[in-house]
Amino acid sequence: MSRYISYRDFDWLLVIFVLIICGLGVLEIHSATMHTKFAGAHIRQIYWIIAGLIGMFVVSLLNYQRLLEQVHWMYIAAVASLMSVLIFGQKYLGARRWVKLPGGNHFQPSEWVKLILILAVAKYFADLQQRDLSWSDFVKAGAIVGVPMLMVLAQPDLGTALTYLPIAIMGLFLGGIHWKQAAVVLLLAGMAMPLAWHHLKPYQKDRLVSFMEPDADARGSGYQVKQSLIAVGSGGIFGSSDNSQTKLSFLPVPQTDFIFAAFAEGHGFVGALGVLLLYFVVLMRLTQNAQTAPDRAGTFLVMGVVAVLTFHILVNVGMVLGFMPVTGIPLPLMSYGGSSVLFMFLALGMVMNVRMRRFVN
Amino acid sequence: MFGRDEKPSQIRLTAVQYIILGIFLLLAYGLWKLQVSQSEYYSAAAEQNRIRNVPILAPRGKIVDRNGRPIVENYRSMTALLLRDSARDLNADADLIASGLHMDVKEVKERIRRFGYTPQYQPIYLKEDITPDEEAFIEAHKTELPELDTIMAYRRLYPLKGFMAHLIGYVGEVSEGMLNQPRFELYNPGDIVGQSGVELEYNQLLMGKNGSRQELVNSHGQVVGKPLDEKPAEPGKSLKLSIDVDLQIAAEEAIGDKNGALVAMDPHTGEILAMVSRPTFDPNDFAVRITRGDWNKLITDPDKPLLNKAIQAQLAPGSTFKILMAVAGWQEGIAQTLNVHCNGGADFYGRRFGCWVKSGHGEVDLTKAIYQSCDVFFYTLANKLGIDRISKYATMFGLGQKTGIDLPQEVTGVMPSEEWKLRNFRQKWFAGETISVGIGQGAVAVTPVQLLRAISAISTDGRMVVPHVADPTGLPANYLEVNHYTDVKSVPVNTDGWNLITDAMSRVLLPEGTAPSAHIAGVDIAGKTGSAQVVSLATRAKHQNNADLAQNGWFVGFTPRRNPDIIVCALFQGGEHGKLAARLATQVIKAYVDKQRRQPTNVATNDGKAEIGALWTAPGTDGDGKKLQGGRFEVNLPKSQAPLALAAPGLGGVH
Repeated sequence: MSRYISYRDFDWLLVIFVLIICGLGVLEIHSATMHTKFAGAHIRQIYWIIAGLIGMFVVSLLNYQRLLEQVHWMYIAAVASLMSVLIFGQKYLGARRWVKLPGGNHFQPSEWVKLILILAVAKYFADLQQRDLSWSDFVKAGAIVGVPMLMVLAQPDLGTALTYLPIAIMGLFLGGIHWKQAAVVLLLAGMAMPLAWHHLKPYQKDRLVSFMEPDADARGSGYQVKQSLIAVGSGGIFGSSDNSQTKLSFLPVPQTDFIFAAFAEGHGFVGALGVLLLYFVVLMRLTQNAQTAPDRAGTFLVMGVVAVLTFHILVNVGMVLGFMPVTGIPLPLMSYGGSSVLFMFLALGMVMNVRMRRFVN
Repeated sequence: MFGRDEKPSQIRLTAVQYIILGIFLLLAYGLWKLQVSQSEYYSAAAEQNRIRNVPILAPRGKIVDRNGRPIVENYRSMTALLLRDSARDLNADADLIASGLHMDVKEVKERIRRFGYTPQYQPIYLKEDITPDEEAFIEAHKTELPELDTIMAYRRLYPLKGFMAHLIGYVGEVSEGMLNQPRFELYNPGDIVGQSGVELEYNQLLMGKNGSRQELVNSHGQVVGKPLDEKPAEPGKSLKLSIDVDLQIAAEEAIGDKNGALVAMDPHTGEILAMVSRPTFDPNDFAVRITRGDWNKLITDPDKPLLNKAIQAQLAPGSTFKILMAVAGWQEGIAQTLNVHCNGGADFYGRRFGCWVKSGHGEVDLTKAIYQSCDVFFYTLANKLGIDRISKYATMFGLGQKTGIDLPQEVTGVMPSEEWKLRNFRQKWFAGETISVGIGQGAVAVTPVQLLRAISAISTDGRMVVPHVADPTGLPANYLEVNHYTDVKSVPVNTDGWNLITDAMSRVLLPEGTAPSAHIAGVDIAGKTGSAQVVSLATRAKHQNNADLAQNGWFVGFTPRRNPDIIVCALFQGGEHGKLAARLATQVIKAYVDKQRRQPTNVATNDGKAEIGALWTAPGTDGDGKKLQGGRFEVNLPKSQAPLALAAPGLGGVH
């Protein structure tokens, strides 16, 4: 099969757009951290991006169909690694999310589990032979995502657990979920809400309350949202002249979760809209790749990546604009952080993998 | 059916694309709203660079009497505070702040330390009721001390000269110790809370909720523009008492500067109509932080001015207890037929027990024993009943138990029994002790309100009310759950026996009784005097009749004798004889009857508003005129001359 593979079919346009977004992120990380203790983060971010690019090329060379045949082993490994976090994990800020590897490195498996879940869901739905989803398929598909999700919730890491959800939703939607089934899911979710609220940590409740009513606690959780709104708003159409929100550190963590706010302050409506447009182009290009995928599994795989990416953008930018509660979900490709960058590039590698095999059959 | 390579529905894929487009349009709209349409607002916010939270203090609720006449009001004053938003080292500025506000540097630093646990946006309250020159200092140092600011606060304005002070109580800053208690855990350092009386009991109702204002402040600490957000304060709710100010005045005047307590109650409902304790204190001194010297003077005073004797004095009831004895004797079928010859004393268990009339009362039945207060009759009755039967009836009428009155720190008193002595002293009860109990001496100890409630129950065919000072209508449910204001228990009383006993009590104020001098023409008062020894007669003789050891005078009386409308208990400490206490009580009863007979025309109505201004020197200064304070207060005055001295400390009264 591999004789048909050619780098002419590599999606160079997509890579260029992705690298523009990453570049803007690096510049913003540079200016936001210039005089802080995080200075130099942009250099590390460049290293991550280079590592990511290499990873992307490597992944694109593997045959995703072969990969999918082995996905049950990967899934078992993923669940085992999450289990190991729960048992051996390092406790940091009240949650077990990291495993210490020999050699002093820390490893946060919940990010990589996302990749495996995309593969597992793609495989599951690709193997389904009927157009309508039966109730048992529906429950099984839910369990594939639900089990690791509950394990991440137990860490506890609500933010990451939520990022698994769009994978399931996208799979079910494209897999032919019936509206009755969707209604049942919504109903169950609605009923689980009060229960979930009961189990939230106090800081999570604070965040939700301050999201609903940012003025209630303008110095606590509401502070971040309020400062973010001021940062974005003061950017105006063409950007703020002094960037005071970011520079005087009123804006919390401007290099990670609130990088979009920092960018919007510096570059205004024109700049921020431009970034949104870049993301939109990337997403549209990805869905196009999904349509041209050689098989059902490829479509599901690419759309899984689309789901995760869209969800991240919605939640992160929504938080910055005050639509969404503070969840600690970074903006993919722009936010500083190795796990996030590597995940995105490996996911793109899988997309390339599908694309490069589009003429195989 | 479709094959492995059949693609998922193209319609659904297109739908996903539209959903993504929708999400991006939503985000773009959010961006447009913030950056284009509201850009100026946020630019200004960013330019000012700082959002500062300033509290808006809620005034405490008023306290009014049963007719809505104000007893406790508020007036406005300025409080100095430190805002911690500016990243300044507060301790470094402490010296300058202390000198400008006439405070001790140590105290300033201590306050900064104490507020260290609270969130940054909460200001540190430094000094209440600052003087004009201190306000000028703060205004003049805006640039050097941007963290120092003033805020309008409401301070309590209590009646003058300790009028009703024990019942009202006072407020003060919540202490560190209080903050550790569960009932105060929601409060913050600097909050002004009730410390005693109804101010404490009904603190939750009265306190209100502070609001806050978000202000933009430039780098000089000056407020710029309109507030970003304002959450108004929720004023505290007002508290309506069952107290009748007219009767309260009568009670205050009756007791004057004597030591003791006076309590008047509606026997049907348990509403307290007046409550006085002496000596008293001026709660206006507590409205601001009291000086250490004044506080020490108050707490070391042997007369314990902070004690509300109506609910916190535990004393032997003396002969007033004979009413309970009479009821016990009647219910047990002993008193009806008991006839005793009193020759000035009697022997029980080898000891002589004297009657207070040395020459003796001669032949005595129950009626005569009550109005003449014959000790020998009740010694005999006590001996026949035995301590446990006495204790049974006294306990039924609530002696030795809290009455449940809605005031903090009520004490229980003591009603002895065989079991009580065994439990507390690990000793057997001696029959001789019962004899003393028969005349309200020995181990029996009651509070005035307890005694009042017991006699009240006897006077109303056994209605055991729960005395209360607040009007329960309009109180929030959580109070009604805790205080059972309207719970009336019933104790069976034999009507014939009661008629005989009350008839006898009504003769107490007639020439043949023990308190003829307290008689009021045309008013049907039934009552019982009592005088209780503080120490034994022998000890007292040793101390040459030292006034501190003089007997306590008691009186409990009500009118009319059947189905009474008001019942009053008077305790006159060191009053020697119950008839002196009776005179205090009957003055309150007279005021009540006068008010009833003259009908509502004399009842002051709450329809006049007046603003009064006042200047006074700061508490603790020697009046050199340098620390003059001023304030304007709006008060509601009745149309007739305001009987209440509603004014600020140092002000002579309202004219």
